[in-house]
Amino acid sequence: MFGKLSLEAIPYHEPILVAVGIVAAIGGLALFGALTYFRKWNWLWSEWFTSVDHKKLGIMYFIVALVMLLRGFADAIMMRTQLAMASAGSAGYLPPEHYDQIFTAHGVIMIFFVAMPMVIGLMNLVVPLQIGARDVAFPFLNNLSFWLFVAGALLVNISLFVGEFAKTGWLAYAPLSGIEYSPGVGVDYWIWALQISGIGTTLTGINFFVTILKMRTKGMTLFRMPIFTWTSLCANVLIIASFPILTVTIALLTLDRYLGMHFFTNDFGGNMMMYVNLIWAWGHPEVYILILPAFGVFSEVIATFARKRLFGYNTMVWATVCITLLSFIVWLHHFFTMGAGANVNAFFGIMTMIIAIPTGVKVFNWLFTMYRGSLELSSPVLWTLGFIITFTLGGMTGVMLAVPAANFVLHNSLFVIAHFHNVIIGGVVFGMLAGLTYWFPKAFGFKLDEKWGKRSFWCWLVGFYLAFMPLYVLSFFGAVRRMQSYENPEWQSWMILAWVGAVIIMLGIACTVIQFYVSIRDRRKYADVTGDPWDGRTLEWATSSPAPFYNFAHLPQVESVDCFWEQKQQGIATVSKGPYQDIHMPKNTVAGPIISLFALIMGFALVWHIWWLAIVGAAGTFISFLARIFNEDVDYYVPAAEVERIELEHQQRLKLHEQQPEDESVLNTRFGVQV
Amino acid sequence: MRRTPCLRVLGVLLLLSLPLLLGGCSSALLDPKGQIGVEQRTLILTAFGLMQIVVIPVIVMTLLFAWRYRRGNKEAAYHPEWAHSTRIEAVVWLIPCVIIAFLAALTWYTSHSLDPHKPLAEEEGEALEIQAVSLDWKWLFIYPEQGIATVNEIAFPTDMPVHFRVSSGSVMNAFFIPDLGSQIYAMAGMDNDVHLIANEEGTYPGRSTNYSGAGFSGMTFEAHATSQQEFDAWVEQVRQSPDTLTFPDGYDVLAQPSEDHPVEYFSQVSPGLYESIIKSFHSGSGHDDMHGGHGEMLMSAEAAE
Repeated sequence: MFGKLSLEAIPYHEPILVAVGIVAAIGGLALFGALTYFRKWNWLWSEWFTSVDHKKLGIMYFIVALVMLLRGFADAIMMRTQLAMASAGSAGYLPPEHYDQIFTAHGVIMIFFVAMPMVIGLMNLVVPLQIGARDVAFPFLNNLSFWLFVAGALLVNISLFVGEFAKTGWLAYAPLSGIEYSPGVGVDYWIWALQISGIGTTLTGINFFVTILKMRTKGMTLFRMPIFTWTSLCANVLIIASFPILTVTIALLTLDRYLGMHFFTNDFGGNMMMYVNLIWAWGHPEVYILILPAFGVFSEVIATFARKRLFGYNTMVWATVCITLLSFIVWLHHFFTMGAGANVNAFFGIMTMIIAIPTGVKVFNWLFTMYRGSLELSSPVLWTLGFIITFTLGGMTGVMLAVPAANFVLHNSLFVIAHFHNVIIGGVVFGMLAGLTYWFPKAFGFKLDEKWGKRSFWCWLVGFYLAFMPLYVLSFFGAVRRMQSYENPEWQSWMILAWVGAVIIMLGIACTVIQFYVSIRDRRKYADVTGDPWDGRTLEWATSSPAPFYNFAHLPQVESVDCFWEQKQQGIATVSKGPYQDIHMPKNTVAGPIISLFALIMGFALVWHIWWLAIVGAAGTFISFLARIFNEDVDYYVPAAEVERIELEHQQRLKLHEQQPEDESVLNTRFGVQV
Repeated sequence: MRRTPCLRVLGVLLLLSLPLLLGGCSSALLDPKGQIGVEQRTLILTAFGLMQIVVIPVIVMTLLFAWRYRRGNKEAAYHPEWAHSTRIEAVVWLIPCVIIAFLAALTWYTSHSLDPHKPLAEEEGEALEIQAVSLDWKWLFIYPEQGIATVNEIAFPTDMPVHFRVSSGSVMNAFFIPDLGSQIYAMAGMDNDVHLIANEEGTYPGRSTNYSGAGFSGMTFEAHATSQQEFDAWVEQVRQSPDTLTFPDGYDVLAQPSEDHPVEYFSQVSPGLYESIIKSFHSGSGHDDMHGGHGEMLMSAEAAE
């Protein structure tokens, strides 16, 4: 009846997990109670969960990502604490059984459920606005993608309290992830969480690819697109080309585990080298899916806050395209030590280094954008400066790893850990936090508090260097990744230093949480009435903040790269005027959450081999999808009068703001509603 | 050739990295004990030094530009429309290209000269062959010429090339002695290899670097680089051991998962043990179904003795 699931799967004998479970349950109940008490369920469901508005989906992606960041960071600090303790024969406080699950979960969560949703969330929020579109090409798919991602995230979290998570490392190398060596349900949770959310990601890739190619406003040729849109386009090309590889690889592993096949097993002709190749054929482009949009954020931020055109726009675009193409022919550098011949290793090593050229060019372009600019040292700029320096160092260690003969002694060591945190924290995390600060007013209508933003930056920066520079040092002493304990007592002081760094990063995260609190509290003070708080250059700043659900009353006309900025310079009014027309918009849909709920049920049932429930889940997924397909009532027209009312309201506020910027009563009506 | 600026930069860098070098007295990678490791250290430092040509200017320019062109600075020029300069763009493409071209040549050369599969000995018989098999979670070492085997301990004479053949009886691992250089993956059913040499006597820690499950952290061994006499004495000591290792029975017992496994010596092993372990994965369902066949082989081996 319940497959492999029994009461034994609930870790009630693990005090830490019981405590975490109780806290989570209390938090969940409190949230549930509050929503019920304030009668917000209906609002949540109809305004948010079923929304196809790309801006709301972007916000929801980011909220889930930030929650998962807390979970992923909890894993990180537990690991650092363990390694600060487990020296010279001491076992520390986490046995391998737990430690191995934690480092696996940390990697999976940070990449798939923090970095990816942040990147996709920003793309959702920004790209349609930047290209002057009313929504994405497939609004329902966008909602479905989000909910499939949530279903995956939920599966990972369920594994904390029901059963276990994988103990294989985040990429679940075969044959360790095969049924012979990992008979538990951990790898199955990994499989279904990634499969379900991975399908969502693939759909997002297709959606945004089509959106950017087909839905640009009048006059926006490819070479007039903002750089963030360009980098998003390239990232989505990478998603479309690489995520199917991940899906197929995991499907083959699934066949091995569920049907006793032998794609990646030790025997019967299975080949683990094939698994490692396939997973990195996806895994390396994945790195660029994350970093390219971050590059885009920095390009927007630096041009806006330097009040200057981006230096070398064309070079920037071509550098991005080069990186996109090259990212597919470097995957072997993740396993030079597998034993390929010298020619093969040298080829992949050199290809990898060649990526450093366009990346270096980008760095110089950012530098020369600052040159002869008027740089406001705001927190997004601090993140950008921190990024340039940190990422350059990370790139350097990356090139060192790309030399096969050097890689033979650096591979699998803490050098690798330090390197990829160097580029992922210094690149993706800094980029996403810069993007969050930069576009927050567009999403919510008020800016984030600068003081706490800067504090967060300094904590992250100092914390990063303290946490990861010691790992570079340790790697030269022969310390390897994924150790739960180590013999050499000399390593301990470095490990403790790294722990201190992690604690400082924790303070950085705390600063961000406080920043949200302070900003929401003082939202009137930080209100962005004009819709253009930073004297921006691109189209998203041409509409009000928060943007109306239809984005633009009239689709804008574009004549150059920084068209909006030029119009402002020339004093051309950017506020829309009547007459207004009916606007064609997609309707909200319940299909996304429902399909994903069934997918979640199916995934959970498959993890535990509850076959009847898996059939229910699969059938439910399929039938609800069919129902959506045959539903033709998916769009409507916003009457011109309604558009006019919203636009006039905005103009009214603008006028009042110009006369008496401190008028609170006006702002009240605007922000008092939802927050 | 104007080599001076380049050399000066390199010199400065070496000076800068001196504390790292000095601090690295016990650092396996910066103070290696074998020829391969020494060459790899040079390679790492060269690559590091070369990249400083870009890294240092970038860091300096970042800080300098950000400060000089900050909004409050009224003295700095402000050209909001200036966004292109063919000269600058040519330079920013050219410099990375030149450095990468140099590194690429270095990469090509060292990928071949430091290829782990490349024998260090001029002739076949001059190298000592040690066969390493990763098990859950310990290392089995077989000395085919000496007919002995050990667990979690090896010895070899200094200045003698050692040919490690590396395979796995379980999941993927990687064989690594940081003081000597290159690591290589250990994979079931596959015969991988790495050639190393120790030029100084000493005991060097070795371990698996590729995560392989619960007992991974304890999957360490000691490598003793000794004089020829000491090595011979060590071999003799192993030969005195009452334990022998048969295939498949003895091997199956040893292959059972164990953590922090103690050092073991086997005075005799079934001939072709290493090959048998590799072959056991080629035949389908592992060696369980093959007991008959292997049993025969073992019997004939015993009969021969």
